Amino acid sequence: MIKNVSFGQYFPGNSVIHRLDPRMKLVLVIAVIVLIFMMDTFIGNLVVFGFIVFVVILSRVNVRFVLRGLKPLWFIILLTFVLNTFFYSGGRELFSWWIFRVSEEGLTSAVRLAVRLIYLITATTMLTLTTSPIALTDGIESLMKPLKAVRFPVHELAMMMTIAMRFIPTLIEETDKIMKAQTARGAEFDSGSVFKRAAGMVPLLVPLFVSAFRRADELAFAMESRCYHGGEGRTRMKVMHMHWRDGAAAAVVAGLIVFAAFGY
Amino acid sequence: MSIELDNLTYTYMPGTPFEAKAVDGVSLKIEDGEFLGVIGHTGSGKTTMIALMAGLLKPTSGRVLIDGKDIAEKGFDRKELRRSVGVVFQYPEHQLFEETVYKDIAFGPIKTGVPEDDIERRVRDAMALMELDYDGVKDLSPFELSGGQKRRVAIAGVLAVRPRVLILDEPVAGLDPKGRAHLMNLITHLNAEGVTIIMITHSMDDLAEYARRVVVLNGAKLVMDDTPQRVFVRENELKQIGLDIPEVADIASRLRKKGRKVDESVIRLDELEKAVLRLVRAKAGNEAFND
Repeated sequence: MIKNVSFGQYFPGNSVIHRLDPRMKLVLVIAVIVLIFMMDTFIGNLVVFGFIVFVVILSRVNVRFVLRGLKPLWFIILLTFVLNTFFYSGGRELFSWWIFRVSEEGLTSAVRLAVRLIYLITATTMLTLTTSPIALTDGIESLMKPLKAVRFPVHELAMMMTIAMRFIPTLIEETDKIMKAQTARGAEFDSGSVFKRAAGMVPLLVPLFVSAFRRADELAFAMESRCYHGGEGRTRMKVMHMHWRDGAAAAVVAGLIVFAAFGY
Repeated sequence: MSIELDNLTYTYMPGTPFEAKAVDGVSLKIEDGEFLGVIGHTGSGKTTMIALMAGLLKPTSGRVLIDGKDIAEKGFDRKELRRSVGVVFQYPEHQLFEETVYKDIAFGPIKTGVPEDDIERRVRDAMALMELDYDGVKDLSPFELSGGQKRRVAIAGVLAVRPRVLILDEPVAGLDPKGRAHLMNLITHLNAEGVTIIMITHSMDDLAEYARRVVVLNGAKLVMDDTPQRVFVRENELKQIGLDIPEVADIASRLRKKGRKVDESVIRLDELEKAVLRLVRAKAGNEAFND
C-alpha cells in the first residue's frame, strides 16, 4: 500500500564513490558546496557540471534516481528563477512590460542561481545515494569527536541517529501492516474531508505508537543484556580506514578549488 | 461466494534495485465453503497473496475475481468486499486501538455499514464466539488485557463483521495449547456453518486435521494444489522447498519404509490409530497362528 518508500534513498552499489570513506565524503561534499559558490564564470560552471557528471558516472547510480532528488525542489528552483528574472534592478534592459522589467544581468543571475541550486542538490543527493545511513552516522560521529572536549554527547547522539534510522524501515513496514489490517476492517485512509481524514488516522497512529514503545522497550532490554553501557571504551566492528582513493578524491576536489581560486 | 485468482502477479518496488516478485503468475479458484490451507516457507509470497485476495494490494498484473467480478473494476463495491471478506493478520492484537474493547470490536461493523441497532448484538455474539465475558471485559481498555485476551478481542473484531470468507494468517502462532485448540475448533465450526476459510499456517498437523485442500507456494509461484493427502505424500519435494509433512504422515511413512502396510492416505491421527491397530492385530493373529 505504501509504495516505493526508499528511505534515505541509498542506492546500494560497490563503485569507487560508494567505497570512499564516509568521513572523506562528508568533508568533500562541504568542499564541493563551497566550490559551487566560488565558480562564477561560464567555464567555471561548465567544469562543475563536468565534475558532477563524472561523479555520477563513476558511482554507476541510475540517473533517474539522481534526478528524482531534484523533484521536490523544482518549484523552488523555478520560483527563484522567475523572481530573479523579473525583479533584478539595474542592468541593460532587454524588454519591459507593466511592472516587469527583464535585463540582461537579471537573466544571467537567474540562470546562475538556478544552476547553482541544481548543482547543490545533486551534489548532496550523490552523498546520500552512495552512502548507507549507518555509514553516514558513523562518519558524522567520527568527525564530531573533537566536540567531546566540550562535553557534547557525540556518541549518544550518533547512537540515537543510528537507532532512529535503523527503525525507519521497520516502522514503515509496521505502518503498512496496520493500514492493511484496518482497511480490511473497513477503515478508509484516502477519502473524505481533511477533518475526516485526520480522524481516520487514529486507528493507524495509536497501534503505531504502541508498537514503537514496545520496540523501544525490547531494544533497551536487548542492548542491556549485551552489556551496552554507553560509548566509554567501545570499539567498532568496522573500523574506517582512508585509502588511496580517498586521497585521489581529495586531490581532485582540491585541484578544482585551486582552479576556482584563480578567478573562474 | 467464490474467489478466483487469474494469473496474478505482484512486484514490490518495480524499477528499483530492490525489485522483487512476491507473487508470480498464480491462478487459483476457491469455491464457496472451502477450507483451504496455504503453506510455503517464509518469503514465499503467502501474505502478499492473501492481501491481493482481500483487495488490500493492487496486483501488478492479473485479476482477482469475486463471484466472477473483477475487484479492481470501478463499479465494484468496496464496502461490500470488506463486509464479505474478513482478514485476521499475523499478530492481530497489534491492530487494537480503541479506548474500550467494545468500541474496538464495533469498529469493523460500524465502518462496513452495519445498521446501528444491530451492532451491540454483533459485538456480543463475536465476544461469545471468542469466549470473552461480555460484561466483564467490554469496558476495559484493550491494552490492559493479557496477550491471549488481546488476540481474542482482535479476532472478535473481525468476526463481528460476519464475513463469508475468512482469511487467517498464522492465527495460532504464539498461542498456548488451550488457546490454539479453541481457535482451531472455532474455525472449523465457522467453516461448518458455510464460511469459506483460507488459512496460512506453518502447522502441517493442523492442515492435515482440518483442511480439505492445500496449496503450496514456493519462490512466489504456486507449486502444488491438491487434497492434503495427495500433497503430503510428496514428502521429498516438500522437504526440498523447506517444508515438512505432518507428524502422523511422517510416522506412517517410516512404517512404510520398514515394510509395514500403511496406506499413503493416512495423515490424521484417527486414521493412523486404525492402521496401527490393524497392524498389531494382524501380527497378534500371525503369532497365534504360528503357535
